[in-house]
Amino acid sequence: MTLSLLFEQLLNGLQLGTMLFLMASGLTLVFGVMGLINLAHGSFYMTGAFVTAWVTGTTGNFWVGLLAGTLAAAAVGALVEFAVIRRLYHRDHLDQVLATFALILIFSEGTRWLYGSSPLWLNVPDSLAGSVTLPFGVEYPLYRLAIIGMGILIAIGLYLLISRTRLGMRIRAGENDREMIGALGVDISTLYTLVFALGAGLAGLAGATIGALQSVQVGMGEPVLILAFVVIVIGGIGSIKGALVGALLVGVVDTLGRVLLPDVFKLFMEASAASGVGAAIASMLIYILMAIILIFKPNGLFAVKH
Amino acid sequence: MKKVMNAGLGLLMATAIAAPTQAENVKIGMITTLSGGGAHLGVDARDGFMLAIEQAGRDDVEVLIQDDAQKPDVAKSLADEFVQRENVDIMTGIIWSNLAMAVIPSVVRQGTFYLSVNAGPSDLAGRLCHENYFNVAWQNNSLHEAMGEYMSTEGFENAFILAPNYPAGTDALEGFKARYTGELANEVYTQLGQTDYAAEIAQIRASGADSVFYFLPGGMGIAFMKQYAGSGVDIPVYGPAFSFDEIIIGAIGDAAIGVRNTSQWAYDLDNAANQTFVSSFREKHGRTPTLYASQGYDTARLILAALEVAHPDDKDAFREALRAADFDSVRGDFRFGTNHHPIQDIYVREIVASGDGVTNQLVGVAVEDMQDVYVDQCSM
Amino acid sequence: MTQSHSFTQTSPARPARFRLDREGWISLSLLLILAVGASVAYLAGENFFVNLASRMVIIALAGVGLNLALGFGGMVSFGHAAYFGLGGYVAGIGAFHAFDMTPALGIPFLPNGSDQMIPLWLTAIALCGLLAYGIGRLSLGTSGVYFIMITLAFAQMIYYFAISWPTYGGEDGLPIYIRNQLWGLNTNNSLVFFFLCFGLLLAALSFCHRLLGSRFGAALTMARLNPVRLATSGVEPRPIKLVAFVISGMITGLAGALFADLNGFVGTSMLDWHRSGEIMVIVILGGVGRLYGPVAGAMLFVAMEFWLGGLTEYWQFFLGLVLLAVVLFARGGVFGLLAGRSRHE
Repeated sequence: MTLSLLFEQLLNGLQLGTMLFLMASGLTLVFGVMGLINLAHGSFYMTGAFVTAWVTGTTGNFWVGLLAGTLAAAAVGALVEFAVIRRLYHRDHLDQVLATFALILIFSEGTRWLYGSSPLWLNVPDSLAGSVTLPFGVEYPLYRLAIIGMGILIAIGLYLLISRTRLGMRIRAGENDREMIGALGVDISTLYTLVFALGAGLAGLAGATIGALQSVQVGMGEPVLILAFVVIVIGGIGSIKGALVGALLVGVVDTLGRVLLPDVFKLFMEASAASGVGAAIASMLIYILMAIILIFKPNGLFAVKH
Repeated sequence: MKKVMNAGLGLLMATAIAAPTQAENVKIGMITTLSGGGAHLGVDARDGFMLAIEQAGRDDVEVLIQDDAQKPDVAKSLADEFVQRENVDIMTGIIWSNLAMAVIPSVVRQGTFYLSVNAGPSDLAGRLCHENYFNVAWQNNSLHEAMGEYMSTEGFENAFILAPNYPAGTDALEGFKARYTGELANEVYTQLGQTDYAAEIAQIRASGADSVFYFLPGGMGIAFMKQYAGSGVDIPVYGPAFSFDEIIIGAIGDAAIGVRNTSQWAYDLDNAANQTFVSSFREKHGRTPTLYASQGYDTARLILAALEVAHPDDKDAFREALRAADFDSVRGDFRFGTNHHPIQDIYVREIVASGDGVTNQLVGVAVEDMQDVYVDQCSM
Repeated sequence: MTQSHSFTQTSPARPARFRLDREGWISLSLLLILAVGASVAYLAGENFFVNLASRMVIIALAGVGLNLALGFGGMVSFGHAAYFGLGGYVAGIGAFHAFDMTPALGIPFLPNGSDQMIPLWLTAIALCGLLAYGIGRLSLGTSGVYFIMITLAFAQMIYYFAISWPTYGGEDGLPIYIRNQLWGLNTNNSLVFFFLCFGLLLAALSFCHRLLGSRFGAALTMARLNPVRLATSGVEPRPIKLVAFVISGMITGLAGALFADLNGFVGTSMLDWHRSGEIMVIVILGGVGRLYGPVAGAMLFVAMEFWLGGLTEYWQFFLGLVLLAVVLFARGGVFGLLAGRSRHE
């Protein structure tokens, strides 16, 4: 393993991490402010990707598509919050899990109904195609670099939003004391809808950007959703900082594990068996990481008191 | 979900009701993948199959079609429904090896014939071979083996090989290695259903390999190739036709040009049966058939040829008729080995620009009269 | 035969207490519908419907297991597919080695695999108990959402492990070519297999009934409703919950072993997180914390799957709508609608 390869793999881990952060920040905000566990978050990821692919296909412009996808995901989020989610805030987690599980079924099958079963194709925009040369002689795809950059900007943006703005103040107040903020005369249901739509929009953005790299198909949100849950559990549910640290940790551990473990096993095993076993352990690695963290810190790395 | 398709379509429904001679009708149950990321394989296999049935114009052949959603347990319960409730004579249609292993052994044991349009897991060619099971496509390893031989003759000496970490993936790389004589730069297994290949592409870049061989069917292949093209790595890639069918390369676009792949069939193969098939398929569906469509078409034509000789109720006679394989395959010469798997030529195709898209073009033969290696394990 | 057995044994200490209130009548009729329905279908030669009834019974059994943890213990486990799948793999792996005449797991000093149901069931129950003990020990330190997520994560871990372990098929799954055997019974006969499953369901229901009527059941209810009060009365809630969690995993594991035999196949779809959701849905559809809730839930679920699946390709869309309606407007599930509010609420 050369240094430049390691550097490139670190970048890959970082890129996966920033994507996970976009998903996880929405989840963790919604939990922190409203106390809601939302399995249907992956559906917004899917919505963002589908609308982006569709609009890009119609208009021929990726950026218009990306904007439309993000806004559509946020709008669908607001709609779902208004129609279903707000009835769940006072329910226990079991009801929340089930209702949002039902939403997954409705969204997945509904999307299949609308768009059919074949994957849609979305290409990286021409302006971001190709690769650039970085220090250590690393050639790296420009688009992935842009994703990392966008992730960093959004992390900063979220930080500013929460620490500097009135909305952020209300979010923080909501996290600390839900009854209190209502008593202070803040229109709490609008706040909740806004927060939920914000989370959905971020998920839609993640789905749209990743859709251009991979494929846009029904069910694409589910693997990401599970990873995002691992992220927020590791980071501490309700903590944005935890989501960031958890996302980067999961991204890097998952990527490096997949690359390094087969090599490690090759030290004492026959090559083809080693790559099989290595791949197997690597796919379990982040769950092992999560279990270990929870054994020592049952409420995650940056536990939030509720 | 349940679609009953009759040969002469609506007309046939009427004849079936009018003619009370249903006992002599032949019922074919098709379970295939029509939804999910791997749907285009099943859709093409079905369309190819139904094209041959329609062309035959027989009104005593009824085909029931169900979608397995690429889930083994769904396929299994559909198969039970076909065998126990519908009393089908012949079953076919399964695309994926894991579904095939769930369904076929018990189906053939219950006395129903099964003709595989696609999956060819090694167990069914070897120790679990059965007199009622016929494979009209290939044994899983075949195309990979042929590519191993082809890349060796092309002079590649340091290949990077890649497949998903599941049994068909392991078979693919084992098959490749069986006839490949050079060194391996690396052998990598990815997660099944994985969509991000950045880490693997970085490994390929750093490996110093002179070629890449990969088996990534369906959506995995599209994602890999799109990302590979964007990564700036220019090591040539090779693979079986599963990684480069017409639908996949259509989605990849120009990035696929120049890639060579192995297949037991090509749409530009020069024989009369194939020309009829390709032109009528294009006319009906407005697209170029994939190898899956050709396999579906051949399967139906084999069944129809055997039906000329015997009814499936006469099991021994019908089995003999299938074994004789007395039909003009669209892939040219075709016969069965003792384990009821094909002995056939494996061709090499190259992806070229055509119109505003890309397409596979026949280059030559990789291996002649290829037979699978598991035939010795079959006690039939 | 098993039926009368379990009913006379329901609560020997308090024989007069087993009265048929409305909930009791509904429960009894559900069981009767299953048994009579399967028998009639068998006589009519419709093996398919007998197997459909077996499917209902087995999924109900898995639900009975989860209900013990979820409904009665208040532990929202989102990872019961792990036990369901493990049970299935025990049946599959046993049959695989019996077919191959090789020692279990390929370890030389272990006995050869078995195609006998009793040892396979016992192994499945024991292993699922062990797994549930491990997961429970680690997970019960957390609560609320963390518990939901950590159980999900453990199930995913096992799912990925099963996918990547090639010996037993990985993603391809493992077919069971010949259904496992039980003494002289012809288990290949669909009705015989149905009554085997039915008997085990009755046994599990009666076991849970007795367990919940015991001191342990009272402690478990208290651990769910008011753990602090339970602790002050000198009983640690965590071990109580752990025991319930382990038993819950065992019952679901047994259901998994039966499911594998019913399908003649075990695969990673039994370990999928959608499966965990599905078992949960069955419990909720029937009514959380109702002993017979999962029976109603499973019957409704399988019937919907069959009926809606026949009508439209997108049946899960409607399943989602039904489920959403149940959660939002009919919180007691089927039992809540038919029998009024539960004693447990």
